[in-house]
Amino acid sequence: MSDFLLADVRLLDPAAGLDQPGDILVRDGRIADLGAGLGRPEGVAVIAGGGAVLCPGLVDMRAELGEPGGAWRETVASAALAAAAGGITTVAALPDSQPALDEPALVRLLRARGEETGSLTVLPFGALTRGCRGEEMAELGLLREAGAVAFTDGARAIGPARLMRLALSYAGMLGARIVQHPEDPSLAEGGAATEGELATRLGLPGIPTAAEAIMVARDIALARLTGGAVHFAHVSTASALTLVRRAKDEGLSVTCDTAPPYFDLNETAIGDWRTYAKLSPPLRAEADRQAVAAALADGTIDAIASDHQPRDADDKRLPFAQAAAGGAGLATLLAVTLAQVQSGGLTLLRAIEMLTVVPARLLGTSSGTLSRGTPADLCLFDPERAWKVSAGMLPGRAQNTPFDGRALEGRVLGTWKSGRRVFG
Amino acid sequence: MLPTDRHLLAIEGMLPPQIAPLLDLAESYVLLNRTGTAPRERLRGRTLINLFFEDSTRTRTSFELAGKRLGADVITMSVATSSVNKGETLLDTAATLNAMQCDLLVVRHAASGAPALLARKVEAAVINAGDGTHEHPTQALLDALTIRRRRATLEGLTVAICGDVLHSRVARSNIHLLTAMGSRVRVVGPPTLIPAEIERLGVSVHHDMRTGLAGVDVVMMLRLQQERMARGLVPSAREYFRFYGLDATKLAWAAPGALVMHPGPMNRGVEISSDVADHPTQSVIREQVEMGVAVRMAVLDVLSRHGANG
Repeated sequence: MSDFLLADVRLLDPAAGLDQPGDILVRDGRIADLGAGLGRPEGVAVIAGGGAVLCPGLVDMRAELGEPGGAWRETVASAALAAAAGGITTVAALPDSQPALDEPALVRLLRARGEETGSLTVLPFGALTRGCRGEEMAELGLLREAGAVAFTDGARAIGPARLMRLALSYAGMLGARIVQHPEDPSLAEGGAATEGELATRLGLPGIPTAAEAIMVARDIALARLTGGAVHFAHVSTASALTLVRRAKDEGLSVTCDTAPPYFDLNETAIGDWRTYAKLSPPLRAEADRQAVAAALADGTIDAIASDHQPRDADDKRLPFAQAAAGGAGLATLLAVTLAQVQSGGLTLLRAIEMLTVVPARLLGTSSGTLSRGTPADLCLFDPERAWKVSAGMLPGRAQNTPFDGRALEGRVLGTWKSGRRVFG
Repeated sequence: MLPTDRHLLAIEGMLPPQIAPLLDLAESYVLLNRTGTAPRERLRGRTLINLFFEDSTRTRTSFELAGKRLGADVITMSVATSSVNKGETLLDTAATLNAMQCDLLVVRHAASGAPALLARKVEAAVINAGDGTHEHPTQALLDALTIRRRRATLEGLTVAICGDVLHSRVARSNIHLLTAMGSRVRVVGPPTLIPAEIERLGVSVHHDMRTGLAGVDVVMMLRLQQERMARGLVPSAREYFRFYGLDATKLAWAAPGALVMHPGPMNRGVEISSDVADHPTQSVIREQVEMGVAVRMAVLDVLSRHGANG
């Protein structure tokens, strides 16, 4: 492994509160030193940073990777290409695959598939229930031993309150979080869009926003009852965020993330039956989008995840209600987040914090920082370079971006995994 | 439908200058139909395909008749939803139809937006004959024609649309058309059958038939499907009839001589009683069927003039 000095960059390490110009030195795949005036150590290649931002490789805490069972939509290898192009070096893989990650061997397999790419660390979630069917608990202890970072049923909500109670208690003993898709199943069943004027006009079955708040309220009560840790994925409504804010004030182990579509798009994106903008949860009204954006800034939302859900043309070229929900998100995670910085709602340091150290901590991994001695997982980006999202031209296999045609500023120039350049 | 529009997919967005001439043309077809002098050369050599993914005897027959009266070659393909793999073949169907050089394509589908999806892929002019709970444009046009012939104008009339508005594409198309033409529209039904924020479409919402029907010029009843009871949206058919079924007592709350309409097929004793449905002067339900053929002839006529192959 060759050593190098990445010179003349804006060093950004939210874990250390660091935002200053300088250089970073990588030796043996690890961060050897960083700061201003590192000089030019002998025998070390120098890469000119040109004043671009250098931050830890991004940690994406929620993505579907297509394996096992969906390789025509995405594979770990193809997702790794998209991730590298998006500056992501660590990703948490959802367990509701075919078969589900409810066997320790499958958890080990997913980790190994990540290692094979050489560019992406894959941290598998364990299935909370067998087959992610929402009935009986999977072998959480054995899955944890095999390396499951937390437990969830992925895109399926954990419906029965009793099951959630047991899961929070049992996973709490293991020191693992339960990640919930917060949507009351009986209210969401058959729904294709957020209930309201637009769904009424389009004649689409609606899901009331209360479906999210109800699940969040219930699970907060169960976290209080059990002392367990619950994490709400892709929170998208003002009312749910109010509940999370209160739970945090109370000191409960309650955290949440959101995904770029929920602070960058609103429900009007589905107008004209655009199935690429059909997501789960569905895109919301503008007031909710604004509430999500505000919650990024005020800290109610802990992390931003790509919520990458690969779908192919056959999944999407259907009448809206029949089309599969989900959007590709790896390649656009950083740039869509940066749009919030450009609009003035968010500092760059806070934005990167939600993409690196916070999700890393929630997943129990030490990555996501520029600490000396840690593996050099790095992302170099130009926050001002403009580009346009184009479905069909994205890196990786999945092309189902809800941001098709969106002009963005902020482009990844280089990605390094353990000191090896994997993109740019 | 603008003169340049290739398709008729929805009423939403249509303006009086587009709607009125279409009704005028349909009006002329009413007379030609009655005298048996419809111009059979109008669509000679044109192929009209009725593509029905959902059963509908009435609408399908009406389009067949409309096409035949104008001299088109009419083919009906009834594709039962059970044999189609969840709409997966919709775009394959489009490719097949293109190969057949179809000029006019009438589509009925259980999924909202399906005709719009097809319209992007086929060369034919697409006519939405009812898509899911979205729209049923020709139904709204035939309803408007029926009312206009009885009341001379749509402007200033008050129309109550009653019943299962939530699942009704007929209600949505009628709301768009009637409000565009200057009618006042009320929707009346139990809260469980009224879609969210429907008032944003320019209607007032009533849950009580007495206030909902008070003084209205037209009462439009909607069909209540049995499965709505199964899904718990209303407790029972008899309770529904008690509060929302149109009988002579409730009809008396409307303006004297108010028109009674129903898109059919009717559930007698559920949403409408037989004496009202068959009322000799106030019920125009049979007339709606006649207007349906004329309106569809007008739509086929107009679209064939500027369809892709026109």
